[in-house]
Amino acid sequence: MGAKTRAFGLAAILLLALASSGVMVRGQGITELVVAGEIPRPLNGLTGDAARGRTIITDRRKGLCLLCHSGPFPEERFQGTLAPTLAGTGKRLTEGAIRLRLVDGRKLNQQTLMPPYHATEGLSQVGQNWRDKTIFSAQDVEDVVAFLKTLQE
Amino acid sequence: MLRLRIILTFLLGVVPGGAITRADDIAPKDRRSGFDMMSAETQAMQKNDLANPAMLWVREGEALWSTPPEGGGQACSGCHGEARISMKGVAARYPVFDASAGTAIDLAGKIQQCQVERQKASPWPRESKPLLSMSSYVGLQSRGTSIVPAHYKGTTEAASRGKALFNRRVGQLNLSCANCHDDNWGQKLGSAVIPQGHPTGYPIYRLEWQGMGSLQRRMRNCMTGVRAEPYAYGAPEWIELELYLMQRAAGLTLETPAVRP
Ligand code: HEC
Ligand code: HEC
Repeated sequence: MGAKTRAFGLAAILLLALASSGVMVRGQGITELVVAGEIPRPLNGLTGDAARGRTIITDRRKGLCLLCHSGPFPEERFQGTLAPTLAGTGKRLTEGAIRLRLVDGRKLNQQTLMPPYHATEGLSQVGQNWRDKTIFSAQDVEDVVAFLKTLQE
Repeated sequence: MLRLRIILTFLLGVVPGGAITRADDIAPKDRRSGFDMMSAETQAMQKNDLANPAMLWVREGEALWSTPPEGGGQACSGCHGEARISMKGVAARYPVFDASAGTAIDLAGKIQQCQVERQKASPWPRESKPLLSMSSYVGLQSRGTSIVPAHYKGTTEAASRGKALFNRRVGQLNLSCANCHDDNWGQKLGSAVIPQGHPTGYPIYRLEWQGMGSLQRRMRNCMTGVRAEPYAYGAPEWIELELYLMQRAAGLTLETPAVRP
């Protein structure tokens, strides 16, 4: 196998990775943003708003988070038991690790229950109203990351 | 045990590529109807025929049983006599392979087929009041009967397609039926306790609907819940799923007409 073929192979792999990552953040696929199990940089360089992040989390139609998770939200009566508590997330995980889990947890664990909040690839039979749309916008992701970072205990 | 699995999933999830195998199917001894997970009030409503709103539909089905269809055909009772005798145990073994249809058919589909072929009448549409009523009335005749091990001739392949559908991740939330009903039953999804997802009580009166609905409507709710495109009413996929659900509920008792939250 010559260097040329190898280079071609590499380009093809890169192209495939790009094509398969669906959501493009300022021209980059998700896979390209991942460094050692994290997405270290804010999507599109956006700044998160923690207060808005909290509102998204407790909104059962937008965030859906409390369907599965519980957390320090005393005003919320019904919280899920399918997933770990959100309390202490900011202590357990770095910002970049939280971001990747929100954007597309499948990059870490194919079997995860956690829906991919900012990815559209690899999904089947998505309903008409949601097709090719992500659950969260890049701004939503950053807001939720900003809030979860504040959960230190 | 479940707790531990969730914690493990979470911890291993941190390791790139950490593979978690899906939990096994529910063992027969652990099978439990959704009835067991309901509040005492809702259970009491189902247990008392005078309080169970679904009995209104049953009564309508009973009336229709002996009413001849428009067009001069015979009433159901004309051929089947007393439902109490002729329909006993029928709902506990559906869906079945139907030679004339050349495919698996559910109970509602079989009733429609009798309307068309035996009564020369037009069939009641899926989810219509008369079809739900007749399905409930026929279903009631099997109340208390065990669901028979579902290895019907000609339906084995359809049931295994149903199993594949049950285990397939769908929708924007990317979840399979099994993710909730095999792996997380008993857990809370918001305010709802996740049942094992057994088809023991259909058609049901659902408090949230304030009305009666079929198993297909119930499954449809779960599919739209994960933001997936549901199949059309009567589609083969629903029958395949129902076949698999009946297999996985084998041994449980039929409760039709059930009440659910
Ligand atoms: C003209 C006679 C006739 C009429 C009227 C009739 N059926 Fe049937 N039905 C049959 C026969 C014969 C069978 C058995 C053969 C078959 O499965 O097609 C049958 C089968 C069935 C079965 C399946 C039973 C089993 O053991 O699998 C159901 C359920 C049923 N009918 C319901 C109804 C209902 C409800 C009505 C009225 C809406 C009705 N039938 C009207 C003749 C009739
Ligand atoms: C996100 C979790 C989740 C998923 C995924 C899901 N379900 Fe459900 N399912 C539920 C919950 C929760 C209920 C009970 C709702 C209630 O009590 O209000 C339920 C109820 C049911 C019931 C009624 C059981 C009874 O006792 O009457 C059936 C049947 C069922 N689901 C089948 C399915 C099928 C088939 C699929 C896949 C197409 C599916 N579900 C996907 C959570 C889920």
